[in-house]
Amino acid sequence: MKIVKIIAIVLLVTFVGIQFIPTTRNQSDSVPSTDFMLVNNVPKNIQNKLQISCYDCHSNNTQYPWYNKVQPVAWFLEDHIKEGKAELNFNEWNSLSTRRKTSKLRSIIKQIENGEMPLDSYTFIHRDARFSEAEAEEIINWVTQLKDSL
Amino acid sequence: MKTIRQKLIIPIIALALASVTACKDGNKNEPAAPMSNEMHQEKPNHDDNDGHHDGAGMDTAMNGHGNAQAILNDYFNLKNALVGDDNGKAKGLGAALATSLGNFDASHYTDAQQSELKDIVEDAVEHAEHISESDIAHQREHFKVLSKDVIDMVAITGTEMKLYEQFCPMYDGGTAWLSTKEEVRNPYYGSKMLTCGKVQREIN
Repeated sequence: MKIVKIIAIVLLVTFVGIQFIPTTRNQSDSVPSTDFMLVNNVPKNIQNKLQISCYDCHSNNTQYPWYNKVQPVAWFLEDHIKEGKAELNFNEWNSLSTRRKTSKLRSIIKQIENGEMPLDSYTFIHRDARFSEAEAEEIINWVTQLKDSL
Repeated sequence: MKTIRQKLIIPIIALALASVTACKDGNKNEPAAPMSNEMHQEKPNHDDNDGHHDGAGMDTAMNGHGNAQAILNDYFNLKNALVGDDNGKAKGLGAALATSLGNFDASHYTDAQQSELKDIVEDAVEHAEHISESDIAHQREHFKVLSKDVIDMVAITGTEMKLYEQFCPMYDGGTAWLSTKEEVRNPYYGSKMLTCGKVQREIN
């Protein structure tokens, strides 16, 4: 009994303690002129979908729900955002060459087709970030059009 | 009071660290791709690098084109690994190709060519890196775009090798790749459809 108490206290203290370890927040007020939405004529519904399902990890501005400010969730998220932005940052879209854009669009299509994006670990909590089959198809069709027009 | 704090601080740090590393591990824990380490080919690396080309490779190296040649060599090794359905080998060769691409020196080309080459290399590096960490289906997806990059690179740098641009109409709406041999060995299907495709262009 005593040992359970000690473990509980240690866990609690740890949990509280790690809240004080800072994480880098991915937040920005301004949308640069190179943003995907600004340079492409994106239909409203697709804009919304991309914003909700992709922009948290693939742009300079993450919408943080409260639980993402809690450790260790925040660390987990920080890692994903870093990786996501390195792979593709929608805010910097127009700084890419046509070759790179084509490459990225091809990857976007493949990843949505294969259900790899948005990540399961993300949609597990962000239920609204999931793509229905119809939504996935709509986005894939539109992105394919964009790719072919480059 | 102080001693209690000191006693507590160590487990706290230990636990905090443990939770960080545990979390990171969880991230990287992709399902292990089934690796086939059997050798499907007798000499996968040798096929495209027969003696006749070595001399040519050296010539180009002396002309300062050595880096493009290094890229081509790694590309052909990677292609052969994919022909042999060898996921593990292709991973290593993808990493090797990323390195030789990174070492590419375009300084003796014109400004316009340099910016084009820089763009090609940047794109190709990314695909090569993905190949170094993916399952074979993904490797082949990236190899498609990588092949286009390498074909475009050769259009600028040229090569002394005799190359064949081959084309498979079935893979992803039609896909090309380069080979040093005329006979078709399909890197996108491997043993499933080894000879699917045709020569669509000869270089040199």
